[in-house]
Amino acid sequence: MPASTNNGIETWRLRTSKEQWIRWVCWLIGIAVIMYAWQMISEKTVWFFVTDAPTQAADIGSRMVPPKWSYMNKLWKPVWDTINIATIGTIIAMAIAVPVAFATARNTTPNIVVRTIGLFIIVSSRSVNSLIWALILVFILGPGVLAGTIAIGLRSVGFCAKLIYESIEEIDHTQVEAIEATGASGPQKMIFGILPQVLPTIAGVGIYRWDINIRESTILGLVGAGGIGLQLNGSLNTLAWTQVSLILIVILVTVFISEWVSAKVRGAII
Amino acid sequence: MTDSSETGSYPSSWKKAPFIKNSFVRWLIIVGGAIYLAAALGTMNIDLERVKEGLPRAQRFLDSFFPPNFSDNRGVLWEGIAESIWMAIISTVAGIALSIPVGLGAARNLAPAWVYLFCRGVIAASRTFPEIILAIFAVKLFGFGPFAGFVALSLGTIGFYAKLLAEDIENSSASQAEAVKATGANWFQWVNYSIQPQVMPRMIGLSIYRLDINFRESAVVGIVGGGGIGATLNTSFSRYEFDTAAAILIIIILIVMCMEYTSSFFRKWVQ
Repeated sequence: MPASTNNGIETWRLRTSKEQWIRWVCWLIGIAVIMYAWQMISEKTVWFFVTDAPTQAADIGSRMVPPKWSYMNKLWKPVWDTINIATIGTIIAMAIAVPVAFATARNTTPNIVVRTIGLFIIVSSRSVNSLIWALILVFILGPGVLAGTIAIGLRSVGFCAKLIYESIEEIDHTQVEAIEATGASGPQKMIFGILPQVLPTIAGVGIYRWDINIRESTILGLVGAGGIGLQLNGSLNTLAWTQVSLILIVILVTVFISEWVSAKVRGAII
Repeated sequence: MTDSSETGSYPSSWKKAPFIKNSFVRWLIIVGGAIYLAAALGTMNIDLERVKEGLPRAQRFLDSFFPPNFSDNRGVLWEGIAESIWMAIISTVAGIALSIPVGLGAARNLAPAWVYLFCRGVIAASRTFPEIILAIFAVKLFGFGPFAGFVALSLGTIGFYAKLLAEDIENSSASQAEAVKATGANWFQWVNYSIQPQVMPRMIGLSIYRLDINFRESAVVGIVGGGGIGATLNTSFSRYEFDTAAAILIIIILIVMCMEYTSSFFRKWVQ
């Protein structure tokens, strides 16, 4: 127990002097980095616009109410598209992610080369945001729901594959051994020994990602990849603020419902 | 397990147990899923002609991606990356500073009901809207540039960090909290000595993880005018400089990879 002696009386302290010093130095470096970062950001900021922000906020706020409820008639189709982008995108993602996960997991991978490729697929899919995927795919496939769906699919592969391969690595080996003892071949071992153990995870991950994808697909329209983002972008560009507020409410409700559904289904599976 | 042999003899064949046990629910899901898929694909208007037209274009497109051009013709590449990194750091710090009070308020075992509901509302609102939508509004309010991105990412951090902090506090051991309370500690001492040590290791790990997310997100807030590498990326796309875009994407992937390794290392070290 660290203690400091003061006039011959030992007093309890939380840390030794060395620990204390290390802490101080870490804090100093941390604060220096933060101050430097702040300086870099503030150099590139026009402070007049920032100080003007409350007025702007009040102005935009007053233009946003009341939401233009009649615009809802034109929003049903985009909402339906948004949900489809998320759902079909998730299905595409899972179709790719499950084989990738099996190829990447340490205990099922055929060899180190395949594992490295699998890890590379996972990382690159995770690091490129769905909006960037959509930006690229709109160039290739043309604007529309298809580009958005594939963008969501490609983006989700990494997330799903990562969670699935981690759960494959944590399976109970005795069950696989039991299947092996019956003389099962490699694929049979996978189907009867490993797959049943990870199936709940696969289903749970799929549902969880679907919920995230609903949220992500609301913005894909900004680059022309379909869904409600298209309407949002249009309304923002034409300064139709009452439509913007209605769209935000619709997004809020959609996300809440999807979150609720996802929580219920995951609760039922796990 | 179901046996398919007649009664009286041992089962001679075996069928895999279905994932969903209730056969009615199972068929309902299968049929419902099929109907939904048909409806969804039917309304998607996939224009196959356009796709066919796009495939050679994709070929040309991918060709122009390679080789990636790191030479940085307009001198903005590394500046954009640095801006993204600074933006990620400062918005993580500010976001966490904002998250701590919200997270404390959103823990049921610390806060009275009205504070709890208010803080949960803040978290839900921040979680619902993607960073991009926050960034659009931040750009409208604060003008183009990294400050708007900083505000958007900080607000986005609240939804993530405060929620996890609140959940962690709710799961922390009540006996330790009680022990500290029994010494006559006031509320701040109580939180500082009983709750904080319990949640700290996980929270440090999560803040590094969030830094990672914020860097990734900072690559896209630029598309709507929020500064950072996203702005550079968007410009290079609209100028058809795909080789520069490829270089930017590769740099983003590499940095994220590095951060992921460091963050998992840090998390192991902290715990």
